[in-house]
Amino acid sequence: MHNRRMALVAASLVGIVTLTTPAVAQQSGGTLRIYHRDMPPSASIHEEATISTNMPFMAVFNNLVMFDPKEKINSIDKITPELATSWSWNADNTKLTMKLREGVTWHDGKPFTAKDVVCTWTKLTQEESEKGDAFRKNPRRVWWQNLQSVTANGDHEVTFNLGRPQPSFMAMLAAGYSPVYPCHVSTRDLRTKPIGTGPFKFVEMKRNESIRLVKNPDYWRKGHPYLDAIDWRIIPNRSTRILAFIAGDFDLTFDSDVTFPLLNDIKAQAPKAVCEARPTNVNNNLIVNQEAPPFDNPKIRQAMLLALDRKAFSDILSHGHAVLGASMLPAPEGVWSMPKEMLNELPGFGDHTKNLAEARKIMEGLGYGPDKTLKVKVSTRNIPIYRDPGVILIDQLKKIYIEGELEPIDTPVWHAKVARKDYTVGMNLTGVGVDDPDVNFYENFTCKSERNYTGYCNPDVEKLIEAQSREIDKEKRKKVVWEIDRKLAEDAARPVISHNVENTCWQPRLKGLILQHNSIYNGWRFDDVWLEK
Amino acid sequence: MASYLVRRTFLMVLTLFGMSVLIFVMLRLVPGNISDILFDAAGFVDPKEKARLERDLGLDLPILTQYWHWISGLVQGDLGFAYVTEKPAIEEIAPRIPVTVKLAVLALIFSVVFGVPLGVISAVRQNTAIDYALRILSLSGLSLPSFWLGLLILMLFVRYFGFIPIYTDPPATLWKELALLSVPAAAVGFRSSALIMRLTRSSMLEVLRQDYIRTARSKGATPGSVNYDHALRNAVLPVVTIIGIEAAFLIGGLIVTETVFNVPGVARFLVEAVIWRDYPIVQNLVMFIAVVVVVVNFIVDMTYMILDPRIKYAD
Repeated sequence: MHNRRMALVAASLVGIVTLTTPAVAQQSGGTLRIYHRDMPPSASIHEEATISTNMPFMAVFNNLVMFDPKEKINSIDKITPELATSWSWNADNTKLTMKLREGVTWHDGKPFTAKDVVCTWTKLTQEESEKGDAFRKNPRRVWWQNLQSVTANGDHEVTFNLGRPQPSFMAMLAAGYSPVYPCHVSTRDLRTKPIGTGPFKFVEMKRNESIRLVKNPDYWRKGHPYLDAIDWRIIPNRSTRILAFIAGDFDLTFDSDVTFPLLNDIKAQAPKAVCEARPTNVNNNLIVNQEAPPFDNPKIRQAMLLALDRKAFSDILSHGHAVLGASMLPAPEGVWSMPKEMLNELPGFGDHTKNLAEARKIMEGLGYGPDKTLKVKVSTRNIPIYRDPGVILIDQLKKIYIEGELEPIDTPVWHAKVARKDYTVGMNLTGVGVDDPDVNFYENFTCKSERNYTGYCNPDVEKLIEAQSREIDKEKRKKVVWEIDRKLAEDAARPVISHNVENTCWQPRLKGLILQHNSIYNGWRFDDVWLEK
Repeated sequence: MASYLVRRTFLMVLTLFGMSVLIFVMLRLVPGNISDILFDAAGFVDPKEKARLERDLGLDLPILTQYWHWISGLVQGDLGFAYVTEKPAIEEIAPRIPVTVKLAVLALIFSVVFGVPLGVISAVRQNTAIDYALRILSLSGLSLPSFWLGLLILMLFVRYFGFIPIYTDPPATLWKELALLSVPAAAVGFRSSALIMRLTRSSMLEVLRQDYIRTARSKGATPGSVNYDHALRNAVLPVVTIIGIEAAFLIGGLIVTETVFNVPGVARFLVEAVIWRDYPIVQNLVMFIAVVVVVVNFIVDMTYMILDPRIKYAD
């Protein structure tokens, strides 16, 4: 925690220095060079759930609205227009009407109209049986489950018709994951050569090599973007790409690619580089199959929760920089996190020695002890960011007479395996696309969600999730969210171990980049970014 | 000779057919297919959408039908569609082959140019300081993992020259490309040259003890003539075999080097395609590598005849 405070103080100082430095006029021109960590599965943002797609291709598109890119914290109160110029709700907050920007054209010259908006959200909500030129995958269908229809009122106005009030709807529209797609371009083309209305046009994507975008001269935001082009180079080897950044080959690292040990290397070898630490809104969590005996006994799950030493995880994995919290991202970056005093009251937080003693007592009460241990396979994805916490988990479970054996699962079959609940105990990582309770709770904790890997299903919690989702008053909604988070912790639904914090670095000549601190998936339009000559 | 060539060609075709079956079956024995991976990348699995995708890609067809589609397409020059990029597989594979071939040829030149002469020197100067130094050098070449050596080279370049010799932008000219590829070629060639050096040395030591070498020396032949005309020519056969094996390895086995130096070649691409279970890419690339291995072996066999006229392949 001390290191984290230091990092925040350092970030504040950087902010003060930035504010007190005389403003330099933005300069146009230049090619921004960024390295990419891997090959994006496709260019279609709507079909993917990875920053590998989101970060390079967000600049090709526009949303209807977006989180204010000048603000570091995404919040419902700070949403700005993009392709929608204004919006209004009806009296019962079930119809959202948006006026659309006129004179906007797609990169192929065709005009942007309300039909494109209708088309995009129809594809996102339609059922399998109705599909024509459908998305191959629709990972965020759950976001739009309350959307009943979208209607065009002429060419420049649309209405979203909701089943019930849902304040988070605007937040989801503002997410980097919600671009407007052109109606006249096939989903296949959008996966391989996307066309948008955004500040940059797609030129080419060479598999495992590069992605190239060039300035859209007809961009509706006059005078933007400043850059002539963005060149992404795919470098899968982390050591090589960090060395390439140090050598000055790149202006910007891939987002959150710099771990704290690597940060020391960059600081030593490229002292002028600007690096910013921020939470990724990706958390490590313990998943337990609640249908697999003996883990169907809530007492065992309770003991496992109490045995977790979260600080040890943070110290070992990220030099103490990870932040501890419930399922919502902790403050100050997290908008919905519960107060610290409330967090410390949750099972598994507070005094670890006391918790561990209680966990042992529960296990002993169930007949386990040094002479009778519970043997279990701890499944995890076979990549270091999953395996490393998995090993620590096994070590900690030993203290409550659970003998774990690591079962590394190949990446290609990991999600399929946990989704069909073909595991007993697992170590998982969960990324949250928007810092909003609807996104987190509906995706991970509702009974029927595809990503509810543990089989957790509590009708009371389900009711509360619905209640917070329809609550318009933000402060009242927060209280319900905290109540849900408390219940999830008490039920050991999917204990969050820690929220990851990583670094992003850039060369000092790169200006105008503002990283979003509660979602890595937003803020990659690059239309305000420029290079000092 | 003619019937030998016919027999050899028939065997080559049979080997390639066996390889095609092996590749096809093994790839499908590995758990998960492209639809699993595409859905995994999206962080969820919807069984209905997965089934639809499998239908679209023809993965629901009987395995024999899938094999027939591939082989009949291959014979007609149609390599199919890459699953990930949805482009013709040939468009994905073709640009990568020349990059790897250039890298492999450079590495092979490096290993032969250094490996053979140093092996001869080491044998001729047996148990001298230079022999010990060369043996230590060759041992280090064999024992240094190539990823570590590659990273070390990159770190030294960044530290002392302020730039990194990796393949980020396609070089403008062939010479620039060769200059860029020479660094990874040296890194990978160092290991191969060490192997060739050790083999040349041991082979030479054996030959240098033969009676005809003593006879040549007693007839007053110069040391150069004895070592290179008489000894090396007879010692080089096993070395040629190793060079052949290394050449075949270099086409498909440069995974680590291509990854560390970010070279967009065949080996790295193949690994990525295997991870994505991109069957059309994997099948065709492995077949390409199999063809290279078979052809190189054939060339090696033919080279034996030139190097040692006593070797005759029966009619």
